[in-house]
Amino acid sequence: MKARSMNKLTDLRRFVNRDNNIVQLLIITAVIFVLMSALEPNKFLRYYNFESISFIFPELGIVSIAMMLAMLTGGIDLSVIGIANLAGILAGVFFTRLYPAAPEAGAAAELMRVVAGVVLALGVGLLAGTLNGLLIAKVRITPILATLGTGQIFTGLCMVLTGGPAIVGFPAWWGFIGNGKILGIAVPLVLFLVVVVVIAAMLTKTPFGLNLFLIGTNPRAAVFAGLRTERMVLYSYMLSGTLAALAGIVLSGRTNAAKSDYGTSYLLQAVLISVLGGTNPSGGKGTVLGVSIAVIALMLLASGFQMMRFSNHLIDFIWGGFLLLVMVINVLRNRGK
Amino acid sequence: MTSVSKLLRRSEAAVLAILIVVMIVIGVINPAFWQADNLFNLLRANVVIGIMALSVLTVMISGGIDVSFPAFAVAAMYLTVIAMNAMGYQGVVLPFIGATVIGLLCGLANAFFIHTFRMIPLIVTLGSASVVRGLLLGLVGTSIINIDRMPPSLIAFGSSTAEIGGSKLSLMIFIYLGIAVLMWLFLTRTMAGRAIFAYGDDAESAKRVGFNTRRTVYLVYGLAGALAGFAGLLHASMIWLANPRDFVGYELDVIAAVVLGGASIFGGRGSVFGTILGVFMLTLIKNSLIIMRIDNTWQGVVVGCVIVIATALTAWRDRKALV
Repeated sequence: MKARSMNKLTDLRRFVNRDNNIVQLLIITAVIFVLMSALEPNKFLRYYNFESISFIFPELGIVSIAMMLAMLTGGIDLSVIGIANLAGILAGVFFTRLYPAAPEAGAAAELMRVVAGVVLALGVGLLAGTLNGLLIAKVRITPILATLGTGQIFTGLCMVLTGGPAIVGFPAWWGFIGNGKILGIAVPLVLFLVVVVVIAAMLTKTPFGLNLFLIGTNPRAAVFAGLRTERMVLYSYMLSGTLAALAGIVLSGRTNAAKSDYGTSYLLQAVLISVLGGTNPSGGKGTVLGVSIAVIALMLLASGFQMMRFSNHLIDFIWGGFLLLVMVINVLRNRGK
Repeated sequence: MTSVSKLLRRSEAAVLAILIVVMIVIGVINPAFWQADNLFNLLRANVVIGIMALSVLTVMISGGIDVSFPAFAVAAMYLTVIAMNAMGYQGVVLPFIGATVIGLLCGLANAFFIHTFRMIPLIVTLGSASVVRGLLLGLVGTSIINIDRMPPSLIAFGSSTAEIGGSKLSLMIFIYLGIAVLMWLFLTRTMAGRAIFAYGDDAESAKRVGFNTRRTVYLVYGLAGALAGFAGLLHASMIWLANPRDFVGYELDVIAAVVLGGASIFGGRGSVFGTILGVFMLTLIKNSLIIMRIDNTWQGVVVGCVIVIATALTAWRDRKALV
């Protein structure tokens, strides 16, 4: 009898230990929520505030999951924003120059046009991710440098395609992806939830996911164990590129425009959110759930500070300070073990 | 014969050879390239990026990476110019010492996080860059200090030139070369400099041999910050204005130049001469697009391709059997 209760106790302790990070994140989120509600009760606790957050955060959340995928194998993807913008801009070029709306096009034709645009944008992301993956897995360029270089190329291509100013004139259905509602829920939020479920299943239920964790934990051992590390790393960057393109679709849909320097501050935030969400930048550790909670926590924080009329620059400062703080806490906690 | 093949295998020689080929090609496309005015302008464009590249080189030799130096440079520049205007101070030496110290302090903060908490340099410097830029723009100000409010002493210093054959050569180039020589002496002729190489090659071995790794980390990031701060103020005095949003995206160019010059991102490898060549290559390509009649919007694509090709070559050079 006593032994059994001891067992239960250790089981509980094991569970808390394993999901320690999730628990810590939930506490941080709750603290931020309570703090912001107390400071700005009239503005923060409105339905409208949460609704607008549900439109804005998914693009950042998707980019952060893309970043986490690269970090799982000990890499990083600094080109995600370049890919996102390139996907949005190419879709914009497609809609405005290559395949403009026919004057008497029916709804079906319009819908087909948007579907073609989505396929094109996701295809570009897949292609860009493949380039990253080949450079990293086959040519063996360090992920930082490879994605730094390709990110520059993608952003450069955006400049070449637009010449600087934003591309406008997306079809109405494209705007629906960023601004519409399904059953009262923001479309971006629906897309984000789909991404969360699919990627989480992929990481926890498939051999591909297991491979990524093993490669990240010990790349040498993974090679000697006979894992096809090159192919797995390639796949992970292809996936990351496609997700970045999806974020680009949502971003251009929400703002009805695409520009070469949109969302540049998202890069640091995506790194911050993945790290905050418990992803280990050296590889081998990370959960979709953790990243999702982290992005919500930081969005609540940012929206609260905006209501208190903090300048955007000071919010940048807070993001950076938060990143350092979280890393320090993680290090100190691991040291205790 | 062996010495020749050994020389060719050194990356500096390869970069130099490519550099000469590129210059000949540009010269053929547009002979105006060889005019002294153009060449002197090109050299002038090397100065600020070059000093920053020496800062990044030190970090890279130690096995780290630094993306915070543009933020430190802009903070040092803007704070120093504001302080000079507030005090009505006219001078050159003291402001540059001030800017260098501001950079040094920022760099030491990086070192503190990296050494004390064993955090990844990329993450630390991403964070510190965001902190410094956020504080500067949020608390100090966002307005550009134009030529009419720039301290005249700085402008006079930054625009000092020597006349050679009717063309003006900026004297700042000699400051850059002087710093480069000092860095070369430091990295190759002093125990502290060798410690950086040892640390970058294998931190654990360096520690066991008896190098003080803590001192090395602080030295590396402190020096990197100090050089960035100095380069920041020099930039302002050369372009006659101080813009608190300046240097955005410089981290890409400068890291590219250093990698182009043969330094390894894994540490333990890199040279001052190679870095100077890498910087020259990068500014040559960027500044010659117009002279080659290529539209300026292609700049990002060209620079990105150069980074990818250069890193692919070094990856091929450093390739290992399995992992």
